[in-house]
Amino acid sequence: MTLVRVLVGTAKGAFILSSDGKREKWDVEGPLFAGWTVYHMKGSKLDPNRIYASQCSDWFGQIIQRSNDGGKTWDQPGGEPAPDFTGQPPGASNKFVYEGEVGTHMWYDGTPHPWEFKRVWHLEPSLTEIDVVYAGAEDAALFRSNDGAATWKELPGLRAQRGSEWQPGAGGLGLHTILLDPTNPQRIYVAISAAGAFRTDDGGETWKPINRGLKSKYIPDPDAEIGHCVHRLALHPTRPEVVFMQLHWNVMRTDNAGELWTNISGNLPTDFGFPIEVHAHEPETIYVVPIKSDSEHYVHEGKLRVFRSRTGGTEWEPLTNGLPQENCYVNVLRDAMATDTLDDCGIYFGTTGGQVYVSPDGGDNWSAIVHDLPRVLSVEVQTLP
Amino acid sequence: MTKHSIRVILPYHLQTLAKIDPEISIEVESPVTHDSIIDAIELRFAALRGTIRDHVTKKRRPLLRYFVCEKDVSHEPPETLVPDAVVAGEQPFIIWGAVAGG
Repeated sequence: MTLVRVLVGTAKGAFILSSDGKREKWDVEGPLFAGWTVYHMKGSKLDPNRIYASQCSDWFGQIIQRSNDGGKTWDQPGGEPAPDFTGQPPGASNKFVYEGEVGTHMWYDGTPHPWEFKRVWHLEPSLTEIDVVYAGAEDAALFRSNDGAATWKELPGLRAQRGSEWQPGAGGLGLHTILLDPTNPQRIYVAISAAGAFRTDDGGETWKPINRGLKSKYIPDPDAEIGHCVHRLALHPTRPEVVFMQLHWNVMRTDNAGELWTNISGNLPTDFGFPIEVHAHEPETIYVVPIKSDSEHYVHEGKLRVFRSRTGGTEWEPLTNGLPQENCYVNVLRDAMATDTLDDCGIYFGTTGGQVYVSPDGGDNWSAIVHDLPRVLSVEVQTLP
Repeated sequence: MTKHSIRVILPYHLQTLAKIDPEISIEVESPVTHDSIIDAIELRFAALRGTIRDHVTKKRRPLLRYFVCEKDVSHEPPETLVPDAVVAGEQPFIIWGAVAGG
């Protein structure tokens, strides 16, 4: 029987929501890692019981957790103590060290600021190698583990792309999106707030900015090669050269792997937002959740509306059935929207108010799985056979 | 080299992370300093590496405090010797989360 497992990261722990294919009745497990901030959890497509979690705290720093049994038990890979306690364990899953001369990036006041590791925003397991996993960090860098998160090594070619000029957004200088091309293991897209989007075609050795066509009125040169506050990227696995983007303002798409972006905001009531997602079976059907503005981070007009385009953008329709349409002032963060792969594609999102909503029919009808979790930071979905 | 059983009290979240009791006893060789206690903790409980001190700089995390014999010794150098009462096991070495909230 098909199962759906929703992995929810929140400001005060993680939760696992499970249901059958009908997606009507849900079991709620949690909080896991209670009291810690869980930025992200994600399962491997090669083995769905392998799940990684980014757990962090202002007090105690970063922890990486791994489960090999679908979230029932967790450990910190590489942290097993030496049997006789005479030597250090072989790894440190929470050790993220920048490669080489660390250097500086731009600080808020325009001065150089040393690169400092703060936390992992996003974990992305490889599509081809079970023990390979990528981590997107703040301050922005991409790390790779070849041993199931026991040890990490930076891919420094990314920061070589004028990293000294990157500047944090209000939420920090975070690498928040990692898209792996399912047809080409050498190609990876990443996005950084507020540096922009980047692509590698050689497995992470070298990178190029892919921001042509973006226009950002909040930077001195609106067409700059870097400096754009990209909020999220999404692609459909059958067309990995087509990428959709929620920019700070503007919803964008590229049909040539980021060589040129075009605006597809169309008739959206506002085109500021964070998440963007693609339907599991319809590559031209996409979803966004616009919010009022960069100054007022909540949904427009007090109405929680998901907007769907069936035409790859430009023409959008509001989806409201089952969502609050008055007195609602939540936001949906960049990593807090996902889809399942059932025949009738399910859409999921979590809010800053602690609700997690599901639509089992592509967005036509919605219901809340849970109402009162802590602030939701991320939502990922696993469809299990 | 003389070894001492040092009593250490850890904050709640590190107890749950390492799956240990609120107070632990840890073997530390002389001379017993702040850093040699943390070294011994990290060796014995690998889950705690990087959570009390930064992995690379070995600096105490800014929102953690060290208390000894009712004194805040957080800002003393890491090679500071702990008092005899801690070495003798009469008093614990306390690692605590700083108050940071409203």
